Amino acid sequence: MTAVAITETEGEYNFAYLDEQTKRMIRRAILKGIAIPGYQVPFAAREMPMPYGWGTGGVQVTAAVLGREDTLKVIDQGSDDTTNAVAIRGFFEKTAQVKTTSATKDATIIQTRHRIPEKELTEDQILVFQVPIPEPLRFLEPRETETRKMHALEEYGLMHVKLYEDIAHHGRIATTYAYPVKVADRYVMDPSPTPKFDNPKIDNMKALQLYGAGREKRIYAIPPYTKVKSLDFDDHPFEVQKFDKPCGLCGARHVYLDEVVLDDQGGRMFVCSDSDYCEERRAEGHVGDMAANPAASHLAGKSSGAAKTEAGE
Amino acid sequence: MYVAVKGGEKAIRNAHRLMATKRRGDRSVPGLTLEQIAGQLAIAVARVMGEGSLYDEGLAALAIKQARGDLIEAVFLLRAYRTTLPRFGYSEPVDTGAMLVERRISATFKDLPGGQLLGPTFDYTHRLLDFKLAADGELDAPLTAEVTETAMPRVTDLLSGEGLIEEDVQPEETAAVGDLTREPLSFPAGRDLRLQNLARGDEGFLLALAYSTQRGYGRTHPFAGEIRYGAVEVEFFAEELGFAVPLGRINVTECQMVNQFKGSAKVPPQFTRGYGLVFGQVERKAMSMAMVDRSLRCEELGEERTAPAQDEEFVMSHSDNVQATGFVEHLKLPHYVDFQAELDLVRRMRGEWFDRQAADQAAASEAIGSGPTGTSEKEAAE
Amino acid sequence: MTDFLSEEPLLRASGVTRFYGDRIGCRDVSFELWPGEVLAIVGESGSGKTTLLNCLATRLAPTAGAIEYRMRDGAMRDLFQLTEAERRFLMRTDWGFVHQNAADGLRMTVSAGANVGERLMAVGNRHYGNIRGTALDWLERVEIDGTRIDDDPRAFSGGMRQRLQIARNLVTGPRLVFMDEPTGGLDVSVQARLLDLLRGLVADLGLSVVIVTHDLAVARLLSHRMIVMRNGEVIETGLTDQVLDDPQAPYTQLLVSSILQV
Repeated sequence: MTAVAITETEGEYNFAYLDEQTKRMIRRAILKGIAIPGYQVPFAAREMPMPYGWGTGGVQVTAAVLGREDTLKVIDQGSDDTTNAVAIRGFFEKTAQVKTTSATKDATIIQTRHRIPEKELTEDQILVFQVPIPEPLRFLEPRETETRKMHALEEYGLMHVKLYEDIAHHGRIATTYAYPVKVADRYVMDPSPTPKFDNPKIDNMKALQLYGAGREKRIYAIPPYTKVKSLDFDDHPFEVQKFDKPCGLCGARHVYLDEVVLDDQGGRMFVCSDSDYCEERRAEGHVGDMAANPAASHLAGKSSGAAKTEAGE
Repeated sequence: MYVAVKGGEKAIRNAHRLMATKRRGDRSVPGLTLEQIAGQLAIAVARVMGEGSLYDEGLAALAIKQARGDLIEAVFLLRAYRTTLPRFGYSEPVDTGAMLVERRISATFKDLPGGQLLGPTFDYTHRLLDFKLAADGELDAPLTAEVTETAMPRVTDLLSGEGLIEEDVQPEETAAVGDLTREPLSFPAGRDLRLQNLARGDEGFLLALAYSTQRGYGRTHPFAGEIRYGAVEVEFFAEELGFAVPLGRINVTECQMVNQFKGSAKVPPQFTRGYGLVFGQVERKAMSMAMVDRSLRCEELGEERTAPAQDEEFVMSHSDNVQATGFVEHLKLPHYVDFQAELDLVRRMRGEWFDRQAADQAAASEAIGSGPTGTSEKEAAE
Repeated sequence: MTDFLSEEPLLRASGVTRFYGDRIGCRDVSFELWPGEVLAIVGESGSGKTTLLNCLATRLAPTAGAIEYRMRDGAMRDLFQLTEAERRFLMRTDWGFVHQNAADGLRMTVSAGANVGERLMAVGNRHYGNIRGTALDWLERVEIDGTRIDDDPRAFSGGMRQRLQIARNLVTGPRLVFMDEPTGGLDVSVQARLLDLLRGLVADLGLSVVIVTHDLAVARLLSHRMIVMRNGEVIETGLTDQVLDDPQAPYTQLLVSSILQV
């Protein structure tokens, strides 16, 4: 048998993990994506040390655009301290030693899964999305060869057939997240599984938006100040979800809320999904009607220290 | 409850620490050495090397140990390590005809030049649990024979002399071989990329697909023309020297399936082939790969595409177990933002449904007395 | 509406030939189709009529020969010189294709309304109410009860599916419709009703139609002119009544005598 020897290789990884050749390849894809807003650029996604489907596309995009002076924020479900956000932030702390933050305003790069921060982003920021299935036509047409042709020829009638069916059967468009948009009057694009509540933020955003799908090996982009229209019908215009109540902790309205189950008696409260936004408001003295409720007290703490439960197996 | 999802860094750290303890198991029992894994679980190691596409028994053994025997997790570890390695170039194609053969069988000929060589195999063993093995009893030394210098030509080369089997397509000198680790896959893919994809593909997935062709979902009438296992030399063409230098030997299993083919307008009836090549002695995978390769050639051979195993996009998009496991398991990640949106919609639609029901009932009770309205004209019965 | 241009044909096939390997699909077929004209291509199975139809409809590339079509701007264009985008646009606006098996021409998992509305949405119609209104209107014209608009075609009988397929094709006001055995596989009484409907629609809309059928009765009922094919070649052409009442070619005589006179 061959001799079995392992050499110590820890600490030999390049800045932000990927080698410079790979980063150049990804940057070329990003530039092409910016040049053709909404078009899915194929790229040779690498195997990353985290599983496919857990943000490998976003991580590669972030690694390719990250500089030593950048400040990185990572959120998942709107929050900085969900498990996967913690893991990805930790990955860049370890491999790139960049500054990280949970404050939206301090970040230069924000990697996100499923949400866009409530606070308006600026021209100096880049928003990186993790994308599971980049193809908006995929569930209408499973074949890549066909969907690429449909994009090339701008044949998007099928997309409206889906919306038509929603209205015919449910009285309304029943798509609530990953709601398809048309970018710069040309490409139909999947904005990743963010709730459609966030779609208006994509339109004419000041920050650069980069979308990375690792498993499916696609990158696409929306340059700053680009028109992005959510698909709809003239007589059934696009609408976002509305919440009846404000945030129970900070009293914010017109923000996306998470429903928190308080007990098994049907007790519920609604709190900001964007944890940084909520904290900032509370620091400014805003108080929601549930803030004093003992059942909610553990939610109101500084969230990074909120991990009261030790993880079991 | 809620905070359990917001795990935080401490919870993750602790979870990983607990996992490390579980991995070690009973500390009064000696830990597994990599030599033990590489030497005694050689087929598991070979599978991890193949699907991880990195030939290194030590690293594969480490991956298996680190993954607690979860082979797909081990493949993943090896792949993630592999991406970080610098690439110096591409080796020359290995010459399996010059293999130092340890095992070689053909199901299509009773005897053939070089002979049949059974070699190490589970075939023809009775699948009875061997309790002596549990006690690690005495082991007889294997028998050895004189090495004969008879050449062992590949069965497909024997058949092609007669023109009975299709020629190996010789790619043009300048034809570039694709590399799916360096370029994104696009369809239609050439056979080079298909074979790469299958070589990295999940053994279980390919096995199931190959099996499905035998059961009629895209039949290919295969014969195991030859399966050979042994060591081949890996050579690298060094620009500076102007010739290829040997880098070392690797063990591979090669399978050539021979399939019936009725011929077409351009080509007389002849046998066609499917090809499988894997690291180590992973025969099941090599055979499955060869069968699926042949199925995927349906278009080229003018066969109708009707079954999953013939569908290039379907097979190639779903064969990679690292991709598959990542996406299946990503459902463990929190999805409560999207779920919230759905929850809201379902609540509203339920509300409207109950309102409609109530309205219909009210209308129905008003209509009583005016006689049954009867069902509206249904055309389905025409 | 196309009267002032009717001095020119709508479709012109010149020497259309298609081989499958060394087997002949169809050979050297030439004809012209005029606006408002219904042309039947008849023959036994294997005669090459479906191959010809698929070439005409650009679903199959001919090995030799040319097929020209007069676009809406009046220009005669070689169909195989069009870009794929132009060709696909033509196929979903100015043309229709009615398959023998309705499942090949319908989306079986979406509602009847969406099936009819799809072409409208494909050309940019974005008003749900209008799309639905038009769909309802068309369902009525093909004699499908409006209450079935939200049912999908899997719940429809064969005859209804075929009528739905016709509505789906006609909704964009095409000028030319290809039909491949549209009444094949249906019961005789259902066939009669469908033929009646087709004849009415073709006359009302002034459609040009190329219809492939093995059934001379269908040709008699619908077409003005017919082409008889055998072994990939045209045996006889002429006005339908002429060909059926006074066939010239021995093969046509055989065909005509083998069926009951209508």
